[in-house]
Amino acid sequence: MGRRILLEHDNVSGIETYEVYRKQGGYRSVEKAIKKMSPEQVVEEVQKSGLRGRGGAGFPTGMKWSFIAKPEGVPRYLLCNADESEPGTFKDRYLMEKIPHLLIEGMIVSSYALGCNQSYIYIRGEYMWILDILEKAIAEAYANGWLGKNILGSGFNLDLSVAPGGGAYICGEETALIESLEGKRGNPRIKPPFPAVKGLWGCPTVVNNVESIAAVVPIVNDGGEEYAKIGLGKSTGTKLISASGNLVRPGVYEIEMGITVEEFIYGDEWCRGIANGKKLKACVPGGSSVPILPHYLVCKTATGEDRLMTYESLADGGFASGSMLGSGGFIVFDEDQCVVRNTWNFARFYAHESCGQCSPCREGTGWMEKVLNRLEHGQGNMRDIDLLAEINKKIEGNTICPLGDAAAWPVAAAIRHFREEFEWHVNDRETSQKRNYGLVKEPSPIK
Amino acid sequence: MSSHKHTPISARHTEKPSFNAEQMAEVQRVIAQYPEGKSKSALIRILHMAEEAFGGWLSIETMDYVAEILKIQPIEVYEVATFYTMFNIEPVGKYVFEVCHTGPCMLVGSDNIITYIENKLGIKVGETTKDGLFTLKTAECLGACGYAPMLQCGKIFHEHLTPEKVDQIIEAYRSGNTNF
Ligand SMILES: Cc1cc2nc3c(=O)[nH]c(=O)nc-3n(C[C@H](O)[C@H](O)[C@H](O)COP(=O)(O)O)c2cc1C
Ligand code: FES
Repeated sequence: MGRRILLEHDNVSGIETYEVYRKQGGYRSVEKAIKKMSPEQVVEEVQKSGLRGRGGAGFPTGMKWSFIAKPEGVPRYLLCNADESEPGTFKDRYLMEKIPHLLIEGMIVSSYALGCNQSYIYIRGEYMWILDILEKAIAEAYANGWLGKNILGSGFNLDLSVAPGGGAYICGEETALIESLEGKRGNPRIKPPFPAVKGLWGCPTVVNNVESIAAVVPIVNDGGEEYAKIGLGKSTGTKLISASGNLVRPGVYEIEMGITVEEFIYGDEWCRGIANGKKLKACVPGGSSVPILPHYLVCKTATGEDRLMTYESLADGGFASGSMLGSGGFIVFDEDQCVVRNTWNFARFYAHESCGQCSPCREGTGWMEKVLNRLEHGQGNMRDIDLLAEINKKIEGNTICPLGDAAAWPVAAAIRHFREEFEWHVNDRETSQKRNYGLVKEPSPIK
Repeated sequence: MSSHKHTPISARHTEKPSFNAEQMAEVQRVIAQYPEGKSKSALIRILHMAEEAFGGWLSIETMDYVAEILKIQPIEVYEVATFYTMFNIEPVGKYVFEVCHTGPCMLVGSDNIITYIENKLGIKVGETTKDGLFTLKTAECLGACGYAPMLQCGKIFHEHLTPEKVDQIIEAYRSGNTNF
């Protein structure tokens, strides 16, 4: 069994209730932090742990916390990002549904560390039933004195509530999330100022992913150094992976960072291989925004080393032959899947989800969708493939938020690795409408 | 396409909507979660409640009513209601099926499920059945990719869909047996 620290108790019956959670050692980190540690010491432990943001960008959490401005007399806010809308990602949902008190405990300790007296969990509107679960758990936490005024007699006050979104991927971007929490359209803000200085209602704000906040609990309980011993190198700790696509056993898994990709896909403990005895064709290892890897680059890097489930190893080879850990949305394609179709599908997603604020993204994502649509449906031509690369360049780096980049990169990666499959859709239109291309050939190594 | 952009609003209710006492208490509870003067933050949550209370969609009257409660301009409500895809600004069927059609779901057959439901209900995506019972829509990734294909109906996620399972679900809704 791999090491599980977040989901250690997910199979304990009744773990969603306060009593059972508490019996399993729940809320110990709050006692420890509030009674024995200063807020600065909690921040220090998180820094020592090497925890990196689990929402996708992998930014060190402790460092982010150290940036929060502390002007006299101005409230600070901690916002938990439970928007979880990156295609392929459903781990936060699992954690909140199964162990809601773990998130609440993490919110209390993290709010204490940051000096926040009011915190919010922003959850995607489609998870409305989880909002109910969280509100129930929050009420239990209030009733048992973990929230509200003068927690554990320390003088520390904290109110926590949950706010739903209304269906918009962009609200996962932290400044759009803040706009949405202010009751507005989810248009990302220009940075700087960063939320750490001017966030919710113009006040210093930290936005963290559900899993990052939950990880603070074991970090405080066992100490940052202990946490840092789990994992590999700069990828410390465990990571929740949402596995989907053509797998024997898709689902949410907590892995210790550093296991091999091969083990994760084929291992008995994890996904148990490709469904229906088929072959692996490709994998998008970190949510729809990260580059796709062809079968020969999934389990091995371009230099022939084992690819590992770490931030570094998944990115090995850069955009030429690597990808990213991202949100941990691990999407697996079998040999019968069409890469052109999937690239079009994702492009449609981004065109649908662009907030419309920046023209390169609004128009660019729409164009990419159109061009890919015609390629997929046998109406494209060779120039379209280059046109996609051009549109890409016009979006990349020219927008307020990274949604444009997130839309552009996967298309670029798909063309880079599967160009022959795209060309086949042009050269052999009829066949391409009848069957799928199959596996791409591994390019022979250049000596 | 481009759901977060210009969506015209025009659909109306004939009567002015009004929350009952219990609903109003819930509205006030939500407003109280925000500091003095920041009650606009409760807007999205209240729109969800209004949709549930007033027929599953937001008419101009409903939106104006919400603006009144929050003491903000109606346009501030229209802006938000038209931006977020969960809000229906046209009348919809009693049960709205939102079938996810994003990559991971597509990999395991969501296209077939959509076609199956279309045939079964005799409507296309975007349409409502004549009896006003079902509206069929597609949605982008709903966070159930590992349990795909899936559809959302209200607060419920129906996962691991097969044609047989779709039959059962539709039958259950038709007979009002909705304790899933
Ligand atoms: C378009 C877009 C969508 C995003 N969606 C999410 C999301 O659903 N959940 C999330 O935690 N972070 C999301 N992020 C990242 C957030 O902006 C932010 O970096 C993150 O919540 C920070 O938390 P972390 O440091 O704990 O990862 C998104 C970013 C972008 C640009
Ligand atoms: S892709 Fe359908 S739920 Fe994620």
